[in-house]
Amino acid sequence: MKVAVVKYNAGNIFSVIHALKRMGVEPLLTDLEEELRRADKVIFPGQGEASNAMGYLREKGLDKVIPSLTQPVLGICIGQQLMCRHSEEGDVDCLGIFDAEVKRFVPLKHEDKIPHMGWNSIQPRQVPGSETSLFEGLDGEFVYFVHSFYVPVCEHTAAITEYIHPFSSAMQKDNFFATQFHPEKSGEVGQRILRNFLEL
Amino acid sequence: MGRFRGGHMLAKRIIPCLDVKDGQTVKGTNFLQLRQAGDPVELGKIYSQQGADELVFLDITASHEGRKTFTDMVQKVAAEIDIPFTVGGGISELRDVERMLSAGADKISINSAALRRPELIDEIVSHFGSQVCVVAIDAHQDEQGWTCYLNGGRIPTDRNLFEWAREVNDKGAGEILFTSMNHDGVKQGFACEALARLASELTIPVIASGGAGKMEDFRDVFAEGKADAALAASVFHFGQICIPELKEYLKKENINVRI
Repeated sequence: MKVAVVKYNAGNIFSVIHALKRMGVEPLLTDLEEELRRADKVIFPGQGEASNAMGYLREKGLDKVIPSLTQPVLGICIGQQLMCRHSEEGDVDCLGIFDAEVKRFVPLKHEDKIPHMGWNSIQPRQVPGSETSLFEGLDGEFVYFVHSFYVPVCEHTAAITEYIHPFSSAMQKDNFFATQFHPEKSGEVGQRILRNFLEL
Repeated sequence: MGRFRGGHMLAKRIIPCLDVKDGQTVKGTNFLQLRQAGDPVELGKIYSQQGADELVFLDITASHEGRKTFTDMVQKVAAEIDIPFTVGGGISELRDVERMLSAGADKISINSAALRRPELIDEIVSHFGSQVCVVAIDAHQDEQGWTCYLNGGRIPTDRNLFEWAREVNDKGAGEILFTSMNHDGVKQGFACEALARLASELTIPVIASGGAGKMEDFRDVFAEGKADAALAASVFHFGQICIPELKEYLKKENINVRI
């Protein structure tokens, strides 16, 4: 199986590559359209700032390529946010795969610390009109988050997590999947989610 | 409905700390005596399998060759372990941070360098984001109150713990790792009073360090000390407390932990 990881100016890409290698997959890190289109699976990972990341994707033409991919695509963390319509972070238009707005967490009380960082639980739910899921057999497991912006619960929400209020900890639409958390840093549960994606 | 109960569900974290010298883990008692305790990558892997939520690796070598060995170790940890980890020790400029992050560390921890030059925090935050920047504070309490120390607890400063912690918080650091020198190595519990005050005064998470001796100490540091995470070394390294048992115990005590 050919797995491509989208190369762009985001941090923490190597943790995904390490995770794939631990699972016996030798991924290709690339920002070339041809190589991305040829892959069986595409992973769009990262950690970073939305408007900078979008700037880079536009420069490379990837803002057109990623939404037009037809194989399973998995966005992780900032990847999920960039797959939405617009982000409050840097007030930037994003890829528009998910019709959703990325918002900044606003604390309601002293205990609400930003970024939302650490292990929190996910409640998967069936996305209307979709038969596949990355969360087969999972319910309430803890996964690892680090983020200050979130996607509200919407029609594409594939898992809900509660921090300050419920938000989309995973999303899904057609061949596009995304997690706000880091499966590559989420121990065995994360590995299971990545494996579910690779086995789609 | 599984384990999802709604509300604020962020789990309290258990963090084993591995002091590394020349590629081997060591643990000091009251910071000064050192004892051997194994290979850091293997030890880290075991902790991860046991349910540790994060790992901290502290480079206590600080020599040039030692740092190279440490960087190699960080790369191995990143390749082999699938939970987040922080590295610290000898990080004094942005270049060091970059080296550790590109080796695969999720977060870096700075201590003396931040006290000597607080702008380092601003630099790290603006280059790499708040989430990578852990500021470690070693402090000792006497009649005058809590005083911050440099160089692994060897040199006192004129900084007060709570003032410095507030400054670190306001500069945008992601977390504070507070070690009470009074409690460290004594195994009689964490500095819960000072921790609770930090929790009430700060808006960023606090990792408690120093004093873990028995499982009840962990319950107290979360319930009374209001810590977001608890770090310990020798009680884990020498098997006095094992993590799966500790987490089951904490869960029974109504502390929200990841099991």
